Amino acid sequence: MSETQPLLRVEDLHTGFGVEEHMVRAVDGVTFTVNRGEAYALLGESGCGKSMTALSILKLVPMPAGRITGGRVWLGDEDLLRYPEVAMRRVRGRRAAMIFQEPMTSLNPVVTVGGQIAETVMHHSRLSSAALRARVQESLSAVGIPDPERRAREYPHQLSGGMKQRVMIAMALAARPDLLIADEPTTALDVTTQAQVLELISALRDDTGMALLLITHDLGVVREMADRIGVMYAGHIIEEAPAAAFFSAPRHPYTQALFESLPSARHRTAPLATIKGNVPRLDRVFPGCRFASRCTHAWELCETHAPRWVETGAGHAVRCHLADPAVTRPSPVMPEPPVSAARPGSTSKEADRQVLDVRDLAVHFPVRRGVFKRIVGHVRAVDGVSFSVRRGQTLALVGESGCGKTTAGKGLLQLIAPTRGSVMYAGSELTRLRGEALRRRRAELQIIFQDPFSSMNPRMLVADIIEEGMLAQAVGASAAQRRRLIDTLLEDVGLPADAGRRYPHEFSGGQRQRICIARALAVRPSLIVCDEPTSALDVSVQAQILNLLKRLQSEHGLAYLFITHNIAVVAYLADTVAVMYLGRLVEEGPVEAVLESPRHPYTQALLSAVPAIDSPGEQRIRLGGEPPSPANPPGGCHFHPRCAHAMPVCRERYPPVVSFNGAHTARCFLYE
Amino acid sequence: MPFTPVVLTTDALLFLLLAAAGGYAWYARRREHLRAPWRQVARSRLGMMAAVVLCAYLLVGIADSFHLRLRIAQPDAQAAVRYSPEVLSLLDLATGHLRDAVEKTYSAPFAATLYVRETVTTPDGTVARVYPRLRHAATHLDDPERQRLGDVLATAATGALQGIALWALAVALLLYGLARSGRARWRTVLRQVARDELAVPWRLMLITAGVLIAGAFMLANLSFTYHVFGTDKVGQDVFYQTVKSIRTGLLIGTLTTLVMLPFAVLLGLVAGYFGRWVDDLIQYLYTTLNSIPGVLLIAAGILSLQVYMANHPQRFESFAESADLRLLFLCLILGVTSWTGLCRLLRGETLKLRELEYVQAATAFGVRHLGILTRHLLPNVMHVVFITVALDFSGLVLAEAVLSYVGIGVDPSMNSWGNMINQARLEMAREPVVWWSLLAAFTFMFALVLAANLLADAIRDAFDPRLRSVP
Repeated sequence: MSETQPLLRVEDLHTGFGVEEHMVRAVDGVTFTVNRGEAYALLGESGCGKSMTALSILKLVPMPAGRITGGRVWLGDEDLLRYPEVAMRRVRGRRAAMIFQEPMTSLNPVVTVGGQIAETVMHHSRLSSAALRARVQESLSAVGIPDPERRAREYPHQLSGGMKQRVMIAMALAARPDLLIADEPTTALDVTTQAQVLELISALRDDTGMALLLITHDLGVVREMADRIGVMYAGHIIEEAPAAAFFSAPRHPYTQALFESLPSARHRTAPLATIKGNVPRLDRVFPGCRFASRCTHAWELCETHAPRWVETGAGHAVRCHLADPAVTRPSPVMPEPPVSAARPGSTSKEADRQVLDVRDLAVHFPVRRGVFKRIVGHVRAVDGVSFSVRRGQTLALVGESGCGKTTAGKGLLQLIAPTRGSVMYAGSELTRLRGEALRRRRAELQIIFQDPFSSMNPRMLVADIIEEGMLAQAVGASAAQRRRLIDTLLEDVGLPADAGRRYPHEFSGGQRQRICIARALAVRPSLIVCDEPTSALDVSVQAQILNLLKRLQSEHGLAYLFITHNIAVVAYLADTVAVMYLGRLVEEGPVEAVLESPRHPYTQALLSAVPAIDSPGEQRIRLGGEPPSPANPPGGCHFHPRCAHAMPVCRERYPPVVSFNGAHTARCFLYE
Repeated sequence: MPFTPVVLTTDALLFLLLAAAGGYAWYARRREHLRAPWRQVARSRLGMMAAVVLCAYLLVGIADSFHLRLRIAQPDAQAAVRYSPEVLSLLDLATGHLRDAVEKTYSAPFAATLYVRETVTTPDGTVARVYPRLRHAATHLDDPERQRLGDVLATAATGALQGIALWALAVALLLYGLARSGRARWRTVLRQVARDELAVPWRLMLITAGVLIAGAFMLANLSFTYHVFGTDKVGQDVFYQTVKSIRTGLLIGTLTTLVMLPFAVLLGLVAGYFGRWVDDLIQYLYTTLNSIPGVLLIAAGILSLQVYMANHPQRFESFAESADLRLLFLCLILGVTSWTGLCRLLRGETLKLRELEYVQAATAFGVRHLGILTRHLLPNVMHVVFITVALDFSGLVLAEAVLSYVGIGVDPSMNSWGNMINQARLEMAREPVVWWSLLAAFTFMFALVLAANLLADAIRDAFDPRLRSVP
């Protein structure tokens, strides 16, 4: 078969950064092959060197900071690493093209979309201007951009994120390359847009037969796209397998632990399995297995001797002593599943009392124009949202980016002044509180932010950061008492005691998020708004944080308002779910009801767009188009332009609340 | 006491500024995030070379800021103690020989005679036009034409040797200090410094210091017997004027900053943080101020001060005091006209920071506005302040020269590079040209501004987060 013919062969590739002693070996002996027409996925957590591998293949490593120090890269029969820059320019785009994670910064903002595509086309072939224009429009429509004639004349800022990524793909494919390298192509996109882009890449591959090297951290995306998978860890590949074998029987303890740490409804009652610690720094030489320090199976040999690359049959290979027949384990105990701090999550529904009741909350941002800054309209970021949170429970607010979920969270905390509506907390109306009274209430409502890097003042010590809230809320009578409290808190969130005397930048993302949690806990809140607290973290670290949040909830009786776009996290953590679309709630109910039998067409599409690991190839509901702007929402039901079931009535008025067996409600005419 | 100390307002402010800088250094010493960028500055070769040059200027400036009045010798012991009305500085005491060495008019550097011919009647009754000998320079030479070169070289060499001896002493002290603090043997430290193996480029700094010290000693030694930079129209020593001008330049550069900072920082932070009508008001204020030509404001301010001083002569005890007030006033007005740039920068930076999550987290904790401003916003905009202040310094030194040239700068009786250039302006039109005044002022000012710019570049590299490789 022609398909097993290798297209890209990477042999023992090494790429490093920095000078000799402190060199960071980002890529440290990577070997793999991508066959013609095949989709190969490089899977790994952040900092494992997968992006750098991709850049090294096309010799795009930022010079002179980094350099390729060894290895070979064969594309067909061309030895790319021997090519001078001039020759590489011929290879890039024509033989192998690359698309990047961030579509916002990969397009030049001052050149029209058509102009940028034309530039790429012209680089590879000489065409007349009419033929060129036709070619540009052809490639735009090939990536599913409607009205290509108009879009070609537009500038990047006029396009949405998904649209920009499509343009990037159009540019990458302009010269019909044999290989497309996609570096996290959908990470910056919403889940419904991600589904569109993944579908597009699959369709284009079917048409052109090009090979795909997909770089991602998302197991779901891998499941959707890949024929073969290589798992990268700390600069090299530790497992390689065909998709079926990979998902049914992963061999490496790291891969197994990755699967275990994925949150889902199945794990609700128990803590998630976590991988202890963090990805190791790559500025040192590893004598043994690079995963040994985090591995639950490791024994002495793992620390001292690096494992061989062991073929275990049918294209499955793994770098682990456990799989090596030549190695015998001293005490062959059954590999137990990697489980940390086994403590069943509390499911007790004690005191079913509301702590927070939000009624008709709206946050509108005025749009001002002209010399006198006249208000010409409003961005209705949040437009009449009602929900309540009960003591010790979690309400998940789910929606895609731009739907207003973060604004709703900040609005109820009075961090942004709401336009109307009421927020009742413990008998007082928060929207009416001012000054000192509001300041005193703030202790009970806390927030944890998405980005653990910008949520702490880089110029303060960790202990001072935690103490700040205590001082403002007069928690702890004396400095000594406060210091004891801080030590307890740090211990409680699983940080070493000396963490207080260090600066935030000395910690990893997961540890920073722990500090943020400790900071919020310091003022003894009863409700915490968690604004996507794990979306910036790796899967294995995400599991640690989710476990911590769950444990703290059962210990302190905390209520969470969990704002997220990650359905798996919702399934694992939430008690009730509210789905938001364009500033309004479209569906609300207990987590089982909403996730198992979603009623609103948007919820159905959202759930279906999530790449599932358990059941690939399932028929998906694909949403067309892009979410409209909240400045100018469509009339009637906001969702009707994208809805498959839209009826005439949907265009006329906003649907009323329809209730299904009790707490489960949706706003849709389908069920009237 | 043979003297009474006099503290001029600008002296007091300068010492305040030095104390503030010292306090900051002491505070930053124990805080890693504050130390780190300064450590990077200390590793920059050009920056540290510039810092050594600036230190030399600063030392002269400080020596010129300790003022006093000498006691007038009394004929009888019973009379009340009286002090001279003339306010002198430590530098004046050290350079007394220059201050009093006034010639009749122009003389070229190292000249033994005046630059202009005079009609003299010789003892035999004939009238001749000759270049008369100077009263205070090269008087020890019988035949200046033949002896001068040798004498200049010999004096310079003596001075250089003295300088090098002092430098060697300083080097030994530094090595001892380094060895103490690093707990190493001084021999090791010496080797490391000589091979430039330490993080801080001590070797380069020591060489720069050596050149400066040797040069200073050479000039000082020569100045006893020559006018090294010549004399000006009224016969004053140009070297003395140039050195005295250092204080003026430094003060303009630093005191203006002191005036400007509170305005810029407070208003910038408040405008950015509170937004809405506060922001509108402050923006309105600085746009209005910005659209008035700065020179016009300065001229108006200085001229009205002049009128005030002319009408109330009794309020000022000495000339020095009134000149000092005018200098201070100039700093004030320069400060008032130049805070807008930094304020605008800080407002923008604060607008950005205000949206950051740690500021929102602090709000969620109920931290008061003042706490957020001082704890979260101010420390995170300090890099902008440092960079702007360092960059502005050289601009202000140059501005003084321009303003004095226009006649609205410091008091004409005060030594400043601007005044020197202003006076030299007419001399440039003479034939033969009198170039030394202009050149001396230009060289000293150029060296100061260049050093300040180089250090400012190093500071910007270290503090600007966009230029930093590792956050």
